[in-house]
Amino acid sequence: MRSYKASGLALGLGSVLKVRSLVTHYGGIQALKGVSLHVDEGEIVALVGANGAGKTTILNTICGLVPASSGEVIFDGKKITNAPTEYLVKLGLNQVPEGRQLFATMSVLDNLILGAYQRSRSDKKRLGEDLDFVYSVFPVLKERSRQRSGTLSGGEQQMLAIGRALMSRPKMLLLDEPSIGLAPMVAKEIFNVILRFREMGTTILLVEQNAKAALSIADRGYVLETGKVILEDTASELMRNKEVQRAYLGKGYRHVWE
Amino acid sequence: MAFWSERYETMPRDEILQIQLERLQASVNRAYENVAFYRRVLDDAGLSPEDVRTLDDLKRLPFTTREDLRRGYPYDMFAVSLRDVVRIHSSAGTTGPPIVSGYSANDLNNWSSLAARVLTAAGVEKEDVVQVDFGHGMFASAFGFQYGAERIGASVIPVSGVGAEQQVAIMRDYRTTVLIGTPSYGLWVAEALDEAKINRRALSLRVGIFGGEPWSETVRADIEARLGINALDSYGLSEVITPGVSWECECKCGLHIAEDHFIAEIIDPKTCETLEAGVEGELVLTTLTKEALPLIRYRTGDLAYLDPTPCECGRTLARMSRVRSRTDDMIIIQGVSIFPSQVEAVLMEVEGTKPHFRLIIERQGSVDDVELQVEVSERIFSDQMSKLVEVEEKLKNRLRSVLGISPRIRLVEPRTLGREFGKGRRVVIDKRL
Repeated sequence: MRSYKASGLALGLGSVLKVRSLVTHYGGIQALKGVSLHVDEGEIVALVGANGAGKTTILNTICGLVPASSGEVIFDGKKITNAPTEYLVKLGLNQVPEGRQLFATMSVLDNLILGAYQRSRSDKKRLGEDLDFVYSVFPVLKERSRQRSGTLSGGEQQMLAIGRALMSRPKMLLLDEPSIGLAPMVAKEIFNVILRFREMGTTILLVEQNAKAALSIADRGYVLETGKVILEDTASELMRNKEVQRAYLGKGYRHVWE
Repeated sequence: MAFWSERYETMPRDEILQIQLERLQASVNRAYENVAFYRRVLDDAGLSPEDVRTLDDLKRLPFTTREDLRRGYPYDMFAVSLRDVVRIHSSAGTTGPPIVSGYSANDLNNWSSLAARVLTAAGVEKEDVVQVDFGHGMFASAFGFQYGAERIGASVIPVSGVGAEQQVAIMRDYRTTVLIGTPSYGLWVAEALDEAKINRRALSLRVGIFGGEPWSETVRADIEARLGINALDSYGLSEVITPGVSWECECKCGLHIAEDHFIAEIIDPKTCETLEAGVEGELVLTTLTKEALPLIRYRTGDLAYLDPTPCECGRTLARMSRVRSRTDDMIIIQGVSIFPSQVEAVLMEVEGTKPHFRLIIERQGSVDDVELQVEVSERIFSDQMSKLVEVEEKLKNRLRSVLGISPRIRLVEPRTLGREFGKGRRVVIDKRL
């Protein structure tokens, strides 16, 4: 047997998420023009592209926050196109929205407990375990557990948003711009945490404007342009792709071939 | 059984189909965006890339032909700018403009790993010594096999143009285990061994991968018996990729298509209707990952049928039958593709010959023996011998320089060759198949 990259891709665990020809409209504007992608179990897949390319719309459509006009979304073998978000959380698909969306006046602990709202209150033992787990991933959240979340730094708020999503023990996380507005050092820390999720077997679909950072932790990536996928490849190949380098990694200038 | 890309070569069908859909959409998006030809033909058909919602929608897209590629000479069919092209190959420019294939850095990378799949399926490993007879000039195959073997870590000995005696010496002294070239090369090696009185058991040869020419099961059996090797078929074409479109595993039961890089369809060459699995027709290929020269529904002119069932070897990639004939009158002589119309053009050009001719191709041992029978005009035929010799010489030179073939030439009296016009007129008599 031959050597190949040791990742979810190579392990052949099969696809957790499949998206086929997704079309989404915002009012009269067609934001997604037939997007297809998949994420294999244990994989980190990055969606990269310019502002307005449709990256966040893909996550929002998968999660049922924005209705799909056509196409289908299959999670864990179940068709979930336009399914309500709370049903998806039950299935194990959780989104960490852009801009964190925390309850600012509530404590860190209460925000985390809300993340486990799907489970019955009697399941206290499980709740404790999950809290311990999140605290082990983000020790700073334990230190700040009584603090109001609005008083946290940007990086800590992002950790809390991710921690809250982890409380429901998802099979798969959709991460929307986790590094946005963060200092480079803090962003790096967040990316390191995302890498640890892979070791834990969590499957991740990641949207990032910081294409370089996203591709450096991802297994594969899709490059989007105006609501369409124009490239799919392993993350390392995309980083080497000249067109991707010019358009999204800030190397050289773009050149139109006549 | 070893695989180079186990994940992709043994993927469940539904996952291959998902990947094909994703890559097809991305490739059509890129082609439409960057190639004026594709934008025009899709617009003319009233289609946009967004109409590709399912793999079945591929059937709605227009075909691309050899002529389309010719008309794009040299760079019109490229989907990336020249500064992102790192390699250019072109078909032999004979009577029309050649077909130019560009490769981006990533195209070369994919090509290498596809070639590594071909070699791995034949059991080639790091320890192997691979003797490659394809020439680096004419054949893209020479590069492809070299990249693939090097990626695996095998040792490559390029031997194109090296004489028989020396090749045999290399084979023996360097302990070559793998032979790569045209099937004619395989037979030529067998003859060279006989001539040098070398017992094949004194050699380390184990497997041969042959391509670039149609070859029958009889030739395969002959090569295998005389060289004591497993002889496997590999299929590719320079416009798409070669090697790397499809290849045989050791089961020898059809060629596995790299379906994560290409979509293969079989159509009726006359009606262009898609044919179902098992029915022979023209092979049509759509590239899924090629960046510099993406092709949508390229008509290969090769006749084959498909078998989507998994193989004993574990590969789930659909298989195609070995290609033995073509839809058009293209013939391959010693690895060089030729159309009778090109021979006709040369004959027209050389004074004193009417373009009535017949090509007779036979396999003589390891080489293709070609006889070109040409009718000459009455005026010349009654003339002196020296004039005939002159015409013959002229023809020989032109055929060699323009088409790259050196047939025996037999000038015949006017109106001795059959004149059945239309159907059934056989300009080419190919006795090899």
